[in-house]
Amino acid sequence: MAEYILILVSTVLVNNFVLVQFLGLCPFMGVSSKLDTAMGMSLATTFVLTLASLCSYLTYTFVLQPLGLEFLRTISFILVIAFVVQFTEMLVHKTSPMLHKVLGIFLPLITTNCAVLGVALLNINKSNGFVESLLYGMGAAIGFSLVLVLFAAMRERINLADVPKPFQGPAIAMISAGIMSLAFMGFTGLVSI
Amino acid sequence: MSILIYAILSLTVMALIFGAILGYAAKRFKVEGNPIVDQINELLPQTQCGQCGHPGCKPYAEAIANQTDPINRCPPGGEATIKALADLLDVEVLPLDAEAGVDSIRKIAYIREDECIGCTKCIQACPVDAILGAAKLMHTVIVDECTGCDLCVEPCPVDCIDMLPIEVTKQSWHWHKPDNLIATDRQPNLTVTGEDAA
Repeated sequence: MAEYILILVSTVLVNNFVLVQFLGLCPFMGVSSKLDTAMGMSLATTFVLTLASLCSYLTYTFVLQPLGLEFLRTISFILVIAFVVQFTEMLVHKTSPMLHKVLGIFLPLITTNCAVLGVALLNINKSNGFVESLLYGMGAAIGFSLVLVLFAAMRERINLADVPKPFQGPAIAMISAGIMSLAFMGFTGLVSI
Repeated sequence: MSILIYAILSLTVMALIFGAILGYAAKRFKVEGNPIVDQINELLPQTQCGQCGHPGCKPYAEAIANQTDPINRCPPGGEATIKALADLLDVEVLPLDAEAGVDSIRKIAYIREDECIGCTKCIQACPVDAILGAAKLMHTVIVDECTGCDLCVEPCPVDCIDMLPIEVTKQSWHWHKPDNLIATDRQPNLTVTGEDAA
């Protein structure tokens, strides 16, 4: 049990996917200009990352490993993840239009994100088991959501601030992202696995 | 050699299975119509006035959904509709398109009744059935129903329809809204300008 909590804490804070491992930076900069879209993106990412780590674990253990095809993991993970997300999107579109409105546009966007593939591959590298993979994916997603929402809130405030001319627009966003990343480096050493 | 065959076979089989399931799902979970068109349509005022350049609100909603038209071409809806549309579609709020008409003062149609010849042309033009009358008899406008869309002015053969601004009464008068109340009212620093727009 304690080990599972450690995995969560380590992925959410210590090895945060965005600010420490620098994965999934495009949605981090792209959809963080408004808090609403950031929330939608966070939900979609949580969903996709958890599902993706699960599926890729199953594919690796039950298809690739028995056949000795470990070298095919990248392409088959992309295949599996794209399939599962597309299928879920169709299902959600039909069964729950409300949920689709929240997640809809973000689901296809996040599918081929580097964070998603990163989680799947890191799971294999760390030779995580079933539950560990699930938790690792979920932790990565929670960390991503946390950082994205925090950053979106900051950017909404920066929009209203009196920023010097050379720093206006994307420049100040990059700088604040860098400072935020420095702050997250402070978690290093909190947990050691 | 066998590993090569395994690799090709396993990927092909996986792709085939996934493709088959997706193809089946696309048929099984097909959603009729485009729900976003209905949502946009619900936000439009349904005056069917045609000032946006479309024959009604539904076609305009379709044009917005296809992104062929901007969201700011609906004068009857005014700023409130543009805001609601911007919220729904997650785009920037635009000022009302001047080509489609201005909404600064709300107007309603007034028929000079002694000049009316009873041709019923304005009745046919009215999108909201706000004009009352019959052939060869004088027509008049139901004030509460009129949306001020201007569509009845054009067809009138004797030009007896005026668009009058609604008079401000003691009941409808209100204070001006303050201009610079909170920080978000400040406009200049919000947008990225000129060369650093990319």
